[in-house]
Amino acid sequence: MKRDDTLSARIMRILVPVAAGILFLLLWEAFVTIREIPRFVLPAPSVIFESLVQNFGSLMGSLWVTLRVTIAAFLLAVVGGVGLAILFSQSRHVEMALFPYAIVLQVTPVVSIAPLILIWVGYDNVEFALLILAWIVAFFPILSNTTLGLRSADHNLRDLFRLYGASRWQVLTELQLPSALPYMLAGLKISGGLALIGAVVAEFVAGSGSGNGLAWRIVEAGNRLDIPRMFAALFLLSALGIAIFFGLSLLENRLLRRWHESAVRRES
Amino acid sequence: MSAAGAADAPSLIELSGIGKTYANGTVALTGVDASIRQGGFVSLVGPSGCGKSTLLRIIAGLIAEDHGKLGWPATGARPADIGFVFQDATLMPWASVADNVYLPLKLKGLGRVEAGPRIEAALKRVGLSDFAAAFPRELSGGMKMRVSIARALVTEPPVLLMDEPFAALDEFTREKLDGDLLALWQAQGFTTIFVTHSIYESVFLSERVLVMGARPGRMLAEIEIGEPYPRGRAFRESPRYVEICARVSAALREGAAI
Repeated sequence: MKRDDTLSARIMRILVPVAAGILFLLLWEAFVTIREIPRFVLPAPSVIFESLVQNFGSLMGSLWVTLRVTIAAFLLAVVGGVGLAILFSQSRHVEMALFPYAIVLQVTPVVSIAPLILIWVGYDNVEFALLILAWIVAFFPILSNTTLGLRSADHNLRDLFRLYGASRWQVLTELQLPSALPYMLAGLKISGGLALIGAVVAEFVAGSGSGNGLAWRIVEAGNRLDIPRMFAALFLLSALGIAIFFGLSLLENRLLRRWHESAVRRES
Repeated sequence: MSAAGAADAPSLIELSGIGKTYANGTVALTGVDASIRQGGFVSLVGPSGCGKSTLLRIIAGLIAEDHGKLGWPATGARPADIGFVFQDATLMPWASVADNVYLPLKLKGLGRVEAGPRIEAALKRVGLSDFAAAFPRELSGGMKMRVSIARALVTEPPVLLMDEPFAALDEFTREKLDGDLLALWQAQGFTTIFVTHSIYESVFLSERVLVMGARPGRMLAEIEIGEPYPRGRAFRESPRYVEICARVSAALREGAAI
């Protein structure tokens, strides 16, 4: 096994994009300084960093709100999506009856449902409304991927289970769910990002003064033309999105690396 | 356990006038008669579409026949344990070799600890004791097939049904597995029905070859091999072997000519 090669390859995989990022920031800084671009149009990275440090307290508070809504929506989406997919796999009729409405929920832009949800839930409970909206956006990929995965179990294995007199429960837990796992995890990766998008978009719609997540910080900074703070909030949102993506990729890798082609590291 | 004798014992499987028509109107099988003795080794040979796999699935109880009767004179009913080996190894990629072999016992409610010795014994039989912890993707095609056979035999079933099990393997591996299968069959005494489209393989392995024809799927001929076991290289290279293969081939061609 060529351990050195894989190790240096891994280091390169991290080093190259980081170097590219630093280079980009330096060019940005130089461009803004040389051209003397006003900070309310495009602030230099150093100014953004300064703003991030100055507003650290309020930004972290907002980050926590957004994170809380995103994670709760995501977890509920996993429960709802997987649960409904299992229900569909057990009854073709339930699937026929409900799947079209799941699609309706998916294709209706969340921005257009948001005002309605806000009115129903009430402006004194915005965070709950955000949770519902983020959930609506996040749950569909998990539902559709898991539904597909549960159906994709090898039909010879199904026959084998039947031959040995397996119960429905055994077929589900021993065959269908493991077969669906790679699909489900792909759905989770999509939904993790969507939950964050849902939480942010819903907060934008909720509008002035009601929310206190990162989206609201962006709106607020925009109104005051405090562009460095806007960038600082944006930076935190991206960082959050990246963290979610990497966390879920790591989970996927952990669960699949011993057996699934997508996660297996080849030696050549 | 020997191949000869037991001619007077009641047959294990009795097929009379078995027919199957699929929902789209395809006649998969029509008027199939056959009788398979307990502990026997029978091959089904025929071109694609002759219904040999369908027949195997009917015997397994995976699909139902529409005509005729499938009887189990020796046991009275279909045995609770039937081993089935598919053309693909059909292993669960997420489970280790040992857990794959454990599956039939697990589905029957046997605990992992209780099942341990039986899993070990099954793996030993197919020569894979050292690979219990490996995952299917780490194994070669021949080894995967061995796992599949170990899984089929872990319940010590009275019947082993094999649906073109070695068709996807290279010639060398196939001959090796043919030999190993015969050794297992002789040692364990399970009745084997072996579907293949290789004339050579069918003649080498079985006591009797059932030749089938396509469109509609039907029985064309029964050819007794009459060669004592154990069989080996000497049989594969004997003029008698070539002569029997030619007879099977002729029966297949006759069927195709009609």
